[in-house]
Amino acid sequence: MTPRITLATTSRVLRQIVRDRRTLALLLVVPPLLLTLFKYVFDGQEATFDRVAGPLVGLFPFITMFLVTSIAMLRERTAGTLERLMSMPLAKLDLLVGYGLAFAALAAVQASLTSAVAFGLLDLDTEGPVWVVFLIAIANAVLGMALGLFLSAFAQSEFQAVQFMPAFVLPQILLCGLLVPREDMAPLLELASYALPLTYAYDALARATAGDTGGRFALDVAVVCGCVVLALALGATTLRRRTP
Amino acid sequence: MADPAVRVEGLRVRRDGNVVLRDLSIAVREATVTGLLGPSGSGKTTLMRAIVGVQIVEAGEVVVLGRPAGSPELRRSVAYVTQAPSVYLDLTVRENLVYFARVLDAPHDSVEEAIRTVGLGEHAAQVVRTLSGGEQSRVSLATALLGDPELLVLDEPTVGLDPVLRRDLWNTFHELAERGATLLVSSHVMDEAERCDELVLLREGAVVAAATPQELRERTGRDDLEQAFLVLAEGA
Repeated sequence: MTPRITLATTSRVLRQIVRDRRTLALLLVVPPLLLTLFKYVFDGQEATFDRVAGPLVGLFPFITMFLVTSIAMLRERTAGTLERLMSMPLAKLDLLVGYGLAFAALAAVQASLTSAVAFGLLDLDTEGPVWVVFLIAIANAVLGMALGLFLSAFAQSEFQAVQFMPAFVLPQILLCGLLVPREDMAPLLELASYALPLTYAYDALARATAGDTGGRFALDVAVVCGCVVLALALGATTLRRRTP
Repeated sequence: MADPAVRVEGLRVRRDGNVVLRDLSIAVREATVTGLLGPSGSGKTTLMRAIVGVQIVEAGEVVVLGRPAGSPELRRSVAYVTQAPSVYLDLTVRENLVYFARVLDAPHDSVEEAIRTVGLGEHAAQVVRTLSGGEQSRVSLATALLGDPELLVLDEPTVGLDPVLRRDLWNTFHELAERGATLLVSSHVMDEAERCDELVLLREGAVVAAATPQELRERTGRDDLEQAFLVLAEGA
């Protein structure tokens, strides 16, 4: 791995996103707007809003970065730029970390804006410190990016790639405990939820916003970090120097 | 005689179950412009991919600049341009080249020089998506010029270009060869054969002939290289 190449990749990826003004606007504006929507869907139910909105600030980056990376990486694969890079002195880690840094930076901006709106305008009230939510948001962004990168290898078109969102992300959101506590689900689903990375991400966020940053919280964070490493390793296996 | 820049021996490649290259052997002389000619489907692209080291091969040996094709040491010295413009459509011409130059650790001047060489000076600040198809493939070609590669493998680099630019690019190829680089350039147009120092004629995954244009004329008794190709292909 070469820092020069990694950082060049980060700045190239950021430049591509910044150049696409509409995508950038959607990335930054949609999460605060959705939170506002939540606020008035749960009109007058302050406690419910507080329980759901805090973790959501940290979950949005997972969803958006998953989507953006799966499309961006699919383009690299189909346009031949990935093959070109693989024939150059670029290590697979340069590409993975380069993308990771770019999306972590983007997630930081996204999470700041969402938190500002949630805490500043929507009177979101949480027990725990905001910066913990912020850090988990960034970890989630990298997790989403790594999973998107891995899954992009299995899509032949952008149509297929966008369908991975409902196929791989929605079930995780349904099962992570955000909507219904996991112990109230059918036992089989509760069991399944243990195998999904977003469960731990949500659990960490729920604990952090409730002010519980003890041992269980640390374990959740460790699992999320482990999943990031695993997803990056899986992603790396799909970057091939030689193809049939 | 010096070692060839590229030596291919007994190369067999199968793609999707079909044999694309059958026990093919060639040598590409150093500091020459070697043309790889043949109809589409004759295996030109597959052979180039094998030389660059991105193709999974079934059997045979490919040695490039003294090392097995695809060795990490070759990633800086071999440049490859595919038929599809493998550049970022959402970046400008210059942004693309600056990025690839940083990956290759090529000096910053080489970016402007490459842009000038392919005649895109006026479009340097333009987003690649807004360029014509021919201009997009020139961005791709410019990328291959970065960092003074020792071997350039160019897959149909002049398709769809206007005749003036085509002539200029061929002159550039020869200048690069004079400075010591080796160029392997594929084409399916026979009038480009004339501009090469050496020719490799491919048909159905096998070499029909490997010689200079002059030798081909003498061997077949035809002045026109297209006619010479036909004589060789039908005699084979």
